[in-house]
Amino acid sequence: MQSSVARRKHPFRRFFLLILPLIAILTFLLFPYYWTLVTSLTPRQELYSANTVYWPAHPTLDAYGKLFGQFNFLLPMRNSFVVALTTTVLSLTVSTLAAYSFSRFRYRGRKFFMVLFLTNNMFPTVLLLIPLFTIMRQLNILYTPMSLVLSYTTFTIPFSVWLLNGYLNDFPMSLEEAALVDGANRAQAFMRIIFPVLVPCLLATGAYIFMQSWNEYTFAVLFTNDRNRTVPVALKNLIGQLGVQWEMLTSGGIITVIPVCVMFFFAQKKLVAGLTSGAVKG
Amino acid sequence: MRKRLRKANIWPYLLVLPALIIVMAVVFVPILNAISMSLQNYDLRRPKQIAFTGLQNYRQLFSDKQFTGSLYRTVLWVVFGVGFQFIFGFALALLLNRQFRFRGLVRSASLIPWVTPGVLIALMWRWILDGNYGVVNDLLIKLGWIDKNIAFLANRTTALPSVILTIVWQGIPFFALMLLAGLQGISPELYEAAGIDGAHSTQKFRFITVPSLKNTIFVTTMLRVIWVANSVDVIFNMTEGGPAYATQTLSVYTYLKANTLNMGYASAMAIVLTILLLIFSIPYLHSMFRDQGV
Repeated sequence: MQSSVARRKHPFRRFFLLILPLIAILTFLLFPYYWTLVTSLTPRQELYSANTVYWPAHPTLDAYGKLFGQFNFLLPMRNSFVVALTTTVLSLTVSTLAAYSFSRFRYRGRKFFMVLFLTNNMFPTVLLLIPLFTIMRQLNILYTPMSLVLSYTTFTIPFSVWLLNGYLNDFPMSLEEAALVDGANRAQAFMRIIFPVLVPCLLATGAYIFMQSWNEYTFAVLFTNDRNRTVPVALKNLIGQLGVQWEMLTSGGIITVIPVCVMFFFAQKKLVAGLTSGAVKG
Repeated sequence: MRKRLRKANIWPYLLVLPALIIVMAVVFVPILNAISMSLQNYDLRRPKQIAFTGLQNYRQLFSDKQFTGSLYRTVLWVVFGVGFQFIFGFALALLLNRQFRFRGLVRSASLIPWVTPGVLIALMWRWILDGNYGVVNDLLIKLGWIDKNIAFLANRTTALPSVILTIVWQGIPFFALMLLAGLQGISPELYEAAGIDGAHSTQKFRFITVPSLKNTIFVTTMLRVIWVANSVDVIFNMTEGGPAYATQTLSVYTYLKANTLNMGYASAMAIVLTILLLIFSIPYLHSMFRDQGV
């Protein structure tokens, strides 16, 4: 804690060592979003004139109108929503069960299973992508949302198991034990005691899975076709035969990032706590 | 150590089963599949000729100039990418650890790049660095640092630094987030005691802050190295590995090969990348085994 006396004594020091560098880093981190927004609101003729536009003289929402009209951007948004939601529900369900097992039982093979899940995120996307492509083709689910849902579980399940295991370990066992002593079975004890306190953690983990699935591009571009393109692929496809239309791309970008930002602001506190606790301990 | 609730029975295994089945099906079976494909001339453009060819693909790799070049660029991409993420992320964490107004808001805002889709990141920076209408060119000309526009992503010398700049931008928040949590875990008493002993701030940083963050730095750096080495979408959507392979890392090369449907060769490359990452992660895996040890 810095005392107020020290702060008053060194207003210049504080400015040069805190305020100025903070403004510099924040400008670097946030300027691209400002630039994307400005571009999306700039009419074509202003955008491709000799002068760079820092704020349009005549801001317009034309690009957004075209995005949802001519380019039917609602379709990829719906596709992404279906994929992300299904991935989230599936991953959360199986991961909660596995995490509960790791957190509450001690048994032979537990350590082996845990390491099996943990090492998963080390495998490159490109390693899994190639065989998954041929497997999905053989299973006849290539170009369906299910192929993406299954592919996304390759990174969502290991991550959620790890995160939820951390959250569960923070809850004391005494409450559950009391319920068990009172004659409840384990499933009842879980539903009555653990589940209610776990809800915020499930929401945070779910939000993260949803964001990851919403954002994913590498699998999506190979495993979808025109009918079930997801948002990142549709965004890239806006670079069409007409060449790059930056006002269209940036308006698509703003629309893509808004749902993610909203979710993130609600989930961030719990999510950050869960993410950092593992690395900081020890 | 956690006390066991009841004698272990079949339940813990049943609870792990669903997740295990899925992970087996989508991770471990595909890996075996990839290994087998890498030993065949598995080219989907010529499906009738697919046959076992042994280590042919691997042998071909080491005489492939594009492969060795990609390997070298992967090292540059990871070292500079993660290195600068660490430096700026650490700086941001130190700043966010101080007291000031709107700190919560500033902290959330600075994390947004972390949750932004890779495609969007690539497109935003492509536009910012654009050779004709890019804002960076405009600013540099106004400052008088350059005379005429630079096509950052189309120029062989500037392309790799440009994509590295983009991945640095993307990765600063994650480092800041982890290191900030680490900083907040350091007991203030340590600093007070050092202050009484007459230590000044650089000494406090050197002898308290850095040693306390050692584990956080190690884990975060490992995670980032793996992630950055594997990342495809940023480079692919900015330059597709060009111009003249100047930004083609191993992951991007593998991805491009898979797109040409030469799955056998692409698999061999993916396996080499995986083995390199596994070797690199031995210390991390070692610490993970230790931490999970019960």
